[in-house]
Amino acid sequence: MTTVERSLPRLLQTPPSPSSKRAPRGRRGRSNGELYGWIFMRASGALLVVLIFGHLFINLMTGDGIHGVDFAFVGGKWADPFWQWWDLVMLWLAIAHGTNGMRTVINDYTSRAGTRLAFKGALYLLAFIIVALGTLVIFTFDPCPPGVAADLLPAICTA
Amino acid sequence: MTDMATPQGKDTARAKPLTRLTGKLPGSLYRGGEGMWSWLLHRITAVAVFLFLLLHIADTATIRISPEAYNAVMGTYKNPVMGIGEATLVAAVVLHALNGIRLILVDSWTKGPKYQKVMLYVVIGLFAVIMAGFLPVHLRHVFGGH
Repeated sequence: MTTVERSLPRLLQTPPSPSSKRAPRGRRGRSNGELYGWIFMRASGALLVVLIFGHLFINLMTGDGIHGVDFAFVGGKWADPFWQWWDLVMLWLAIAHGTNGMRTVINDYTSRAGTRLAFKGALYLLAFIIVALGTLVIFTFDPCPPGVAADLLPAICTA
Repeated sequence: MTDMATPQGKDTARAKPLTRLTGKLPGSLYRGGEGMWSWLLHRITAVAVFLFLLLHIADTATIRISPEAYNAVMGTYKNPVMGIGEATLVAAVVLHALNGIRLILVDSWTKGPKYQKVMLYVVIGLFAVIMAGFLPVHLRHVFGGH
């Protein structure tokens, strides 16, 4: 039994193998992937509650709410590394959490191996593209692009 | 509450042996009750929020093109129809988050399984409180005549 497994509720632990240190019969050749996935969903979920509730509160509840969300607003936020990292961690965790959840949904509703593979392939490709795109945007973003009317830009550009 | 105090409560008595179940249920093994509905709600909100997340990262990425492009895309979020959509999205996120915390408690708190039903009603209560705080502010922004 691994340290991680030992800390789990009893029902989820693998029963100890009496004769050897190998995994019990029915589990030979399998990995602990689903166990780590289960732990990841709980851990990332708990963090995402804080990150997303914070995101929704700042963007929809303060100032003009949805009407205040424009280039100047987001540019002002991303001029601060705090919000860059907040959004980056939120992006990565949300996509990983969501992709793992969708993997479970695909496993539940596809019966043919080929269909399952096709859906999962599309899912992983999409997840990779979205994470790469989001990460690039957060860190290559210029809050004060040249040649743009000052009233479209965050206040820090004219200060 | 009373049926949860003892393991021999209502639910246990209602449960039928699997042989009878598989033989007699017409075409479905969904059994109803709080457990099934919370599972279904969790899954529906999950897929809805995930699909929006993909869209949201794509729309946010237009900020890299130009301020004008991003403001034009964000403009489409600022009409009343989308405003209702945003309220629905926040409702889905809040439900999924609160029920997710309930799931963590069911899995890791020793009394979690015993109180899973009570916790679902706590989730619904907290959901109502959070939405009562959010909706008036958001709807004022959406319909406030900007």
